[in-house]
Amino acid sequence: MDICGEREPTPVNLSVTHTVLVSIMKTEASVSGPNMQPLLKVENLVKRYAKRTLAGTGTDLLALDTVSFTIFSGTTLAVVGESGSGKSTLALCVACLESPTTGTIWFEGKNIVKLGERARRQVRQQIQLIFQDPASSLNPRWSVLEILVEPLILEGKCNREEMRQRANSLLERVGLSQNIVERLPTELSGGQRQRLAIARALALEPKLLILDEALSALDCSVQAQVANLLMELQNSLGMTYLYITHDLAMAAHLADEIAVMNRGRIVEQGLTGKILKQPEHETTRQLLSAVPEMLRAAQPELEK
Amino acid sequence: MMRYLVRRLGHAVFLLAGVSILAFLFTALAPGDYFDEMRLNPQIAPETVAALRAQYGFDRPLTVRYASWLNSVFHGEMGFSFAYNGPVAPLLLVRARNTLLLTITSTLLAWAIALPLGVWSAERLGRLPDRLLSWGTAALLVIPDLALALGLLVFAVRSGWFPTGGMASVDFETLSPFNKIRDLALHMILPVMALVLSALPLLVRQVRASVAEVLNAPFLLAAVGHGIPRRTLLYRYALPAAANPLISLFGFSIGALLSGSLLIEVVMSWPGLGPLLLEAILARDLYVVVGGILFSTLFLVVGNLLADLLLYWADPRIRTESGAR
Repeated sequence: MDICGEREPTPVNLSVTHTVLVSIMKTEASVSGPNMQPLLKVENLVKRYAKRTLAGTGTDLLALDTVSFTIFSGTTLAVVGESGSGKSTLALCVACLESPTTGTIWFEGKNIVKLGERARRQVRQQIQLIFQDPASSLNPRWSVLEILVEPLILEGKCNREEMRQRANSLLERVGLSQNIVERLPTELSGGQRQRLAIARALALEPKLLILDEALSALDCSVQAQVANLLMELQNSLGMTYLYITHDLAMAAHLADEIAVMNRGRIVEQGLTGKILKQPEHETTRQLLSAVPEMLRAAQPELEK
Repeated sequence: MMRYLVRRLGHAVFLLAGVSILAFLFTALAPGDYFDEMRLNPQIAPETVAALRAQYGFDRPLTVRYASWLNSVFHGEMGFSFAYNGPVAPLLLVRARNTLLLTITSTLLAWAIALPLGVWSAERLGRLPDRLLSWGTAALLVIPDLALALGLLVFAVRSGWFPTGGMASVDFETLSPFNKIRDLALHMILPVMALVLSALPLLVRQVRASVAEVLNAPFLLAAVGHGIPRRTLLYRYALPAAANPLISLFGFSIGALLSGSLLIEVVMSWPGLGPLLLEAILARDLYVVVGGILFSTLFLVVGNLLADLLLYWADPRIRTESGAR
């Protein structure tokens, strides 16, 4: 799918925008059927950063302000917002890498906020994070094999041959060739690196993948390939995604549900179709108007 | 790898040759020589002095003297010491061994302390323990080496816990092998302490800064996300990633400790290159001076070569660049 045509941007009528966005939307699934378990449930999450100045305490920065949402197993929730809206803080809190100031995070029915260090480490393995910039999220001194095997070493019981086999099957799963196992990340392309980051995350067989702007650093065609890879993985492995982005178009493509964030708050939340068809909040409308190019590519008849 | 090594060794030889020429030139250009004092002595006939000067080649041009000195280097003599009335090389070797004993021990000890302390500090960046340590290293940094050495000497004299000079007790030769080592170690404590304290603040600060920088890298966050224990994370992930500037610093620290060592040796009367070089300079014992400078340079060059090899070994990216993979 070519989502970025090289045509000149022209002003887009907002009402047309909606219909087009809806047309490229992920086929709508019933996200909250009676037999589905919520994998992740976030309740009233607050994260406050104390600002220190020379004079003493300044005003605190409220990165997350009573954020609540639920993700069901096997679905995708996109959190969309401008930069500085608290999306990445949310990712870090859910991944157990930052402790929220108040609030609870239920993961598989367990409150993971209150856990001790050892238990947190175990939970972290279940929730993997993919970062925006694959160049810096991969250890630059390790070969592809070492990067892939690193989470496995922790588990202990693997011998050398098994590790190599696991690495190979992980590479195959994300569509990378097996001859790159000896290479260093610096010798790979951006798309290959992001695929590698995904493979590394999959090595621990996590239940939830947090994609923190995971596609934003890639160029358009690679972005589409990796997006397709993510959808394939969801179909075959039943992965659950928390997709954090500023790109509403890609969110529409990938997500079952969308939550729109502004200044640390979720201002609007609902099924993708509903958010696109009937945006209620000003932030959502602004984000919608920011995606003209891709629509025009998706719907060539707009040209006429 | 072989090509890299050969190239580096070539550089080292080139550098040593250059340093030897410069050292020779500068000591020869300095006014006066070893026999000048004899000339002032009315009991020695001017003819005797002239004969001595001729015997040691002082009447010949500089290039010829350099050539004959170079010849004696290849014969393992490195010229002739007028004050000690013998070839320079054996003299220097014993002293260099003592200096190396001091320098290597101090280098290893300083790094063994600086690495965990720096990592510990970087982990607590900006918090109270880290700030206290920063103040401590800053305070240590501004104390001159000489004051540090003298302070330690005063402490040793007042407490009487350590011998205050030299390398061995008077009855050293009569001691059993075990007691010999113990005696040597006891004599080493003070100079090693002085050297370590003078080198430590810089090393700790550098380790802290390098590790603090990589602690924010996304790949470390990813590793935390993989459930990797904190200690593994700090020492297997953060430290290697921060290692490159530290390894270069390691090479420099050998050189810095060596020049620091010369001073400390003089103050604490450690029989290393330092006191020998000082005496030789005062007496204008030309070839000992040149030899001493050459030995110091050799240590420095070897230290840097060691650092570069370490770098090569530690960083796969450098290996790839130099085309050895």
